[in-house]
Amino acid sequence: MTIKSRKKNKSNLWYGVIPLYLFTLTFVCGPLIYMLVLSFLSRAEVWGVEKVFTLSNYIKIFEPVYFNTFIESLKLALLTTAITLLVGYPFGYFMAKLSSRGKKVMMLLVIVPFWTNALIRMYGWIIIFRSNGLLDKLLMGLGLTDKPLKLLYSFPAVLVGMVYALLPFMILAIYSVSEKLDWSLVEAARDLGATRLQAFLTITIKLTLPGILSGVVLVFIPSMGLFFIADILGGGKFMLVGNLIRDQVITTRNWPFASALSVLLMILTSLIIWIYRRVTHVKDLEGLV
Amino acid sequence: MDTILELRNITKSFGKTEVLKDISIQIGKGEFLTLLGPSGCGKTTILRIIAGLEEPDGGRVFLNGVDVTEAEPNKRDVNTVFQNYALFPHMNVEDNIAYGLRIRKTDKKEIAARVAQALELVQLSGYNKRYPHELSGGQKQRVAIARAIVNNPKVLLLDEPLGALDLQLRRQMQMELKRLQKRLGITFVYITHDQEEAINMSDRIAVMRDGVFEQIGTPAQVYDLPKTSYVAEFVGNANLIHGRTIEIKDGVASIEAAGGLVKATVRDKQPVPGMEVTLAVRSENIKLYTCSSQTGIKCRLKEISFAGGMQKIFLQLEDGTEVVSSSLGMNLAFEPNSELYMSFDANHGVLVDL
Repeated sequence: MTIKSRKKNKSNLWYGVIPLYLFTLTFVCGPLIYMLVLSFLSRAEVWGVEKVFTLSNYIKIFEPVYFNTFIESLKLALLTTAITLLVGYPFGYFMAKLSSRGKKVMMLLVIVPFWTNALIRMYGWIIIFRSNGLLDKLLMGLGLTDKPLKLLYSFPAVLVGMVYALLPFMILAIYSVSEKLDWSLVEAARDLGATRLQAFLTITIKLTLPGILSGVVLVFIPSMGLFFIADILGGGKFMLVGNLIRDQVITTRNWPFASALSVLLMILTSLIIWIYRRVTHVKDLEGLV
Repeated sequence: MDTILELRNITKSFGKTEVLKDISIQIGKGEFLTLLGPSGCGKTTILRIIAGLEEPDGGRVFLNGVDVTEAEPNKRDVNTVFQNYALFPHMNVEDNIAYGLRIRKTDKKEIAARVAQALELVQLSGYNKRYPHELSGGQKQRVAIARAIVNNPKVLLLDEPLGALDLQLRRQMQMELKRLQKRLGITFVYITHDQEEAINMSDRIAVMRDGVFEQIGTPAQVYDLPKTSYVAEFVGNANLIHGRTIEIKDGVASIEAAGGLVKATVRDKQPVPGMEVTLAVRSENIKLYTCSSQTGIKCRLKEISFAGGMQKIFLQLEDGTEVVSSSLGMNLAFEPNSELYMSFDANHGVLVDL
């Protein structure tokens, strides 16, 4: 290929991108704007939406019933994130220290569950948690408890389901940053007089911070909206933001209110990503790619 | 000389590879000792064992008379300048240097004073707030040295600290390091694969090969009187000539090599007549003649090259051995493919591998 024709090709590339932009505009930006507009409109008496501007949808969020849902969701999301971090950090960190063969095996073990639909995997937890289920039988068999614990449809069950579903994201985020960690820096710290713990606190944590934060973002954001886990393992007793939005769309058919809730949720998550960027100065989420 | 560091019968294997085989050495207080050898000979492993970053399979490490073989790295009064510098990227120069002092909870005023002093010592005053990524290779290297010496270690370990620098900077840093070492009086254990660097800087050189010390001695000893053909070639770029001893008289051995007779001074180890020997002679000590004399080996001139004011003449002996002769200036008397005779003074010939 001559230089001239290559040049020509390059300028032609511009046209090739148009369909992509059109697609993004139509299916990403369009719905977002639609949702934003919708959140300022009123609900029609019988069906659909009336084109009357109002802020009542946003005000309604702060009614105790709905506001508590936000608080509950936030509580669950924070707990989920904290637990995945506590479990996922050592997991990802030590995984990065394995031999390349060990890494491959562990990576496979982390990823294999994704090959099954998340919904189906949640039903698996029902078998474990239900009264006289696997866990109860095990605990009673060991003589640790004498009657079923009634774990299913409780807050801990939902929490376990959340942690289970989101842990791989934390592990992969931590692993990805630990893998790139220059271990000689830890050795240098030890050489300069730091104990293992001091070296970990002053060097390792600081240098794996981007991974920690991206793991937090990757876990926290979905855990605000994963409504099916609360449904399956919480038995409808737990109303989270995700459940609320779904119910407002499908059952109550209050689309403007559902939009307002979604906008608030998006603002919340954008805020977290903004903090992440401010702290790490990284544009892409570590471990996401 | 007081011994500050002693390695006694150290062995170490990684998997099935024996990296160190029975390493023993005593290093004196204030000494500049260089571990010289090609990459993969085990130099870095020795350093890591001294620092406590690696545990030996066998043998003991003594620091100032105390057995520290099992001591954690942070419990040893030893600091390392790592090959890649290993500066903490999230800390500025000042915080990097102060790291060791802060970990040991040194008084703040003292930290400030000692950091300033260390910076001055490596001529980086005013760079306190810079981050490692804002520094050049040479500057990073200085920070790494400052970060180590600020702790006043008993022994400073340096793992090819000049490896990543360009030639000019290397030369300059060699001199600076040597001066620094003399001034501070700290014992240096220095790793390099560059024999020139080793000869320039060291009080003693330990030449390593495949996990053993081939020879330990002053630069002059190692350069002029190599004990093995490996040391002769690696340190002195010496030529090796094979032959058989005929007689030993007045401390001089006569050796019959392919194409003639040569003489070599006998030193601490005595060869016996009739023994197969290897003789090392450096290229600058080889003289060439166009006609034969009493001693001299017949050889054929293969090629002449001229670079940096030195003329190198490549010769081949009758048994195929390649020999290089070098001299200052240009000598146009010789023609390629001509037949010549080479000889050298008996005290320039060193019997090796005895």
